[in-house]
Amino acid sequence: MIHAVWLIPALPLAGFLVLLASGKKLGDPKAGYLATSAMAASFLVTVGVWIDLMGRHAEERRFEQDLFAWMPVGGLHVDIGFLVDPLSVTMALFVTGVGALIHLYAIGYMHGDGRYHQFFLYLNLFAFSMLMLVLSSSFLLTFLGWEGVGACSYFLISFWFERPSAATAGKKAFVINRVGDFGFMLAMFLIFATVGSLNYVPVLEEAGTLAKGTATAIALLLFVGAVGKSAQLPLYVWLPDAMEGPTPVSALIHAATMVTAGVFLMVRVNPILDAAPGVLTLIATVGALTALFAATIACAQNDIKKVLAYSTVSQLGYMFLAVGSGAYIAAIFHMVTHAFFKALLFLGAGSVIHGMHDEQDMKRMGALRKWMPVTSGTFIVGWLAIAGVPPFSGFWSKDDILLGAWEKNRLLWLIGLITALMTAYYMTRQVILVFYGKAQWGTAAAPAASRHDPGPSPGEAAAEPEHEPAASANGHGSAHGGGAHGEFKPHESPGTMAFPLVVLAALAALGGILKTPLEHWLEPVLAHPHHFTSSSSTKLGLIVVTTAAALAGLAIAYAIWAKRRVRESAVEPSLLQHAWYVDELYEALVWKPSRALANASAFIVDAKIIDGTVNGVGALVRAGGSRLRTVQSGFVRNYALAVAVGAVAILAYAVARTS
Amino acid sequence: MSVPGAWYLGLAAMLFTIGGVGLLVRRNVLIMFMCVELMLNAVNLTFVTYARMLNDIGGQVVVFFVLVVAAAEVVVGLAIIVSIFRRRADATADDVSLLRG
Amino acid sequence: MDWAVFLVAAAAVLSGALGVILSAHPVHSALSLVLTLFGIAVLFVAQEAHFLAAVQVIVYAGAIVVLFLFVIMLLGVDRSENVATEPLRGQRPIAYLAGIGVIAAVFLLARTTWVSGAESVAGAADAPGGNVEKVASSLFTRYLLAFEMTSVLLVIAVIGAVVLARHSPSGGVHGSEER
Repeated sequence: MIHAVWLIPALPLAGFLVLLASGKKLGDPKAGYLATSAMAASFLVTVGVWIDLMGRHAEERRFEQDLFAWMPVGGLHVDIGFLVDPLSVTMALFVTGVGALIHLYAIGYMHGDGRYHQFFLYLNLFAFSMLMLVLSSSFLLTFLGWEGVGACSYFLISFWFERPSAATAGKKAFVINRVGDFGFMLAMFLIFATVGSLNYVPVLEEAGTLAKGTATAIALLLFVGAVGKSAQLPLYVWLPDAMEGPTPVSALIHAATMVTAGVFLMVRVNPILDAAPGVLTLIATVGALTALFAATIACAQNDIKKVLAYSTVSQLGYMFLAVGSGAYIAAIFHMVTHAFFKALLFLGAGSVIHGMHDEQDMKRMGALRKWMPVTSGTFIVGWLAIAGVPPFSGFWSKDDILLGAWEKNRLLWLIGLITALMTAYYMTRQVILVFYGKAQWGTAAAPAASRHDPGPSPGEAAAEPEHEPAASANGHGSAHGGGAHGEFKPHESPGTMAFPLVVLAALAALGGILKTPLEHWLEPVLAHPHHFTSSSSTKLGLIVVTTAAALAGLAIAYAIWAKRRVRESAVEPSLLQHAWYVDELYEALVWKPSRALANASAFIVDAKIIDGTVNGVGALVRAGGSRLRTVQSGFVRNYALAVAVGAVAILAYAVARTS
Repeated sequence: MSVPGAWYLGLAAMLFTIGGVGLLVRRNVLIMFMCVELMLNAVNLTFVTYARMLNDIGGQVVVFFVLVVAAAEVVVGLAIIVSIFRRRADATADDVSLLRG
Repeated sequence: MDWAVFLVAAAAVLSGALGVILSAHPVHSALSLVLTLFGIAVLFVAQEAHFLAAVQVIVYAGAIVVLFLFVIMLLGVDRSENVATEPLRGQRPIAYLAGIGVIAAVFLLARTTWVSGAESVAGAADAPGGNVEKVASSLFTRYLLAFEMTSVLLVIAVIGAVVLARHSPSGGVHGSEER
């Protein structure tokens, strides 16, 4: 079965090609079912490969399959090949599994959209790229997948490109990703220059023999790539804007899969990182700071998806903190649990938006527990998981990360702890605002007013909620509960949307049991096996402190939002609402100078200098010509004079020659 | 004591120069023509001097031919001048300037 | 004695030349030209070129200058040129400079060696016999072809002159004036 590993990316690719050719004919909902079946089949193959791999001994759990030579050029030899080992199989499992569930959800969510088949076409292409990324046997093939998910992210974020804010968000994501990709490319050049190969197996085996400076440079450049793709400081600004895309996109790409590619890459190259301890510290610091930074912003957002977006950035920060602390397996574990509960939260948010007829502002929701029981039940499970309440999955993974941080650096641990508190706080705030309290959507005026708000330009405050386009364009909303006339009632989502929610909720709740098996499973992937060195009493103490922090955050949120003990405006300063004005900062530091440079190049250098030079040559020739023209005066005596002068010149030459 | 040939040659050079400058400076076509005759005469003097100094009769023969050609040239040139400047009262060399640039 | 002859003849030549280029009236110029031609003829005699001196007087002074005078009378004898002005910019200064340049160049080129060349190529000039015989024998043996062609040239010139200068019966095509 392991030889069928090539089917894993091939099936979504086939789905993409079929939909490309005849997706329009298949239409809504057959195109969706086709895409979902491709993903489900891919998942089944992955499970088969996994079982096959498990059947081997721990040391032999590595299998390479080369399909064909892709770039045999001089000294560079790259094949289309797959590397099946515990890490890639783990990634493939949750990419295909969670991916299939999200495809299923999207069948109902995108119902009625004018370009329904195109959505699934892109989703399948994305799945193919992501699977190539994780299963590849070389840096270059991973980079292929890396760029592919970036491109698909662009397609999917700006799926509703008729909205200028969506189109801009797609461009922003792509451009900022590109900055990171540049680091990845430089790293590949360096690797090839020093090691002579781009395949993982030989490079990682040689990692121990690299010079310290080289290893540091490679690790740093790869980290730059990871920072771009996984939305860390300072390249995270594309992720909140990416919420312009449909919610299944946010769930799949910006919660579960694409953004984890950076973490995957770091874990994959752990031998190189181990050879560059300075970079590890940098990674941990950046991760911790990002986690804290994003969490502060999430505390003051009103858009239901924006909170989850910043939450994703924050949780990714945790993963990098784990990587930097050397606790690679903890990072992967958190990645897996995060995939479960973040996908769940996003899909739940999508369900809420769908049921609230495209309302996204949490301040206009409330008391939805009665109206959407399945959504709220599963959302609450997700909430408990992310907040780190035992025994849900998030608790176990976050705990491992904080233990690793404690052993690395106390300050980083403290930052992680504060972030855990804030995570609990803002998620509880979200749950209370959406599902509890008083309904803020009482009259029919409320949804209509929210619908024709134009989407604000990216970079502006998220206090203005962003809207997915008018319900009439997509069909979902007006057919159900009331529309703009009559009494507005939120409604629960259909079965295809509810089923994935339930499955993900179960995984989020029970995911903690994966902890120990995952540790054994992933050990062979690490060059230097990592063991926590603290005593069990320290571990226990840390668990208690972490849980206490989570519960404290919960309590604070309850006090502020449920009991209304503190004024709202006191806890939502405008600085946080505007995300620390980072977008404005980038605009001033990067966009304005670039624009000025572009204007200068276009209108000064090109129009004036270059055109001036070229035209000037012509003008010069013309001027010279018109001057020279006057020599031919028509007067014979002038010509005679010229002959005389010439004769004098010749005579002078003769004199000079004979003297 | 005979005059050295160099003096004759110098005289011829000065005569030639005077003729050349006159050709460039005067506007009346007839006077320009006369200046050309001056230059031709200077050349003739030079040839005759060389005939004496090099003891070669060929110099005098050349002068003979120059004389003949000068005569023919004057004939044709004056005919052209007559035909061009027949009607105009004050035509000068500057008036035929249609081929200007 | 030779010096006196030379100096007087040279003075005549040069003053005649200056007269040609400095006179406002073309008739005065023509008469100055005659003076120059006579001076040249004297210098020819001083250099033992007797035949040429005679031919010079007869042809140049006798025929060519007369021809000049005919044309001057034909085209308007009272055409005086305004010598003071010069419509073309820079013509005069550059002309003077060119003249000075030529003189200077000639004298510099010569310095000590005025003559260089092969001797007696076409026959010795101081061989016994009269000047006319020597010129004639060279002319009719060595330079016969040139002699014949020169006569043809003369005929052509005459024909050309007749053709050019006549009034054409049907509206003048020859000599159209430009202005």
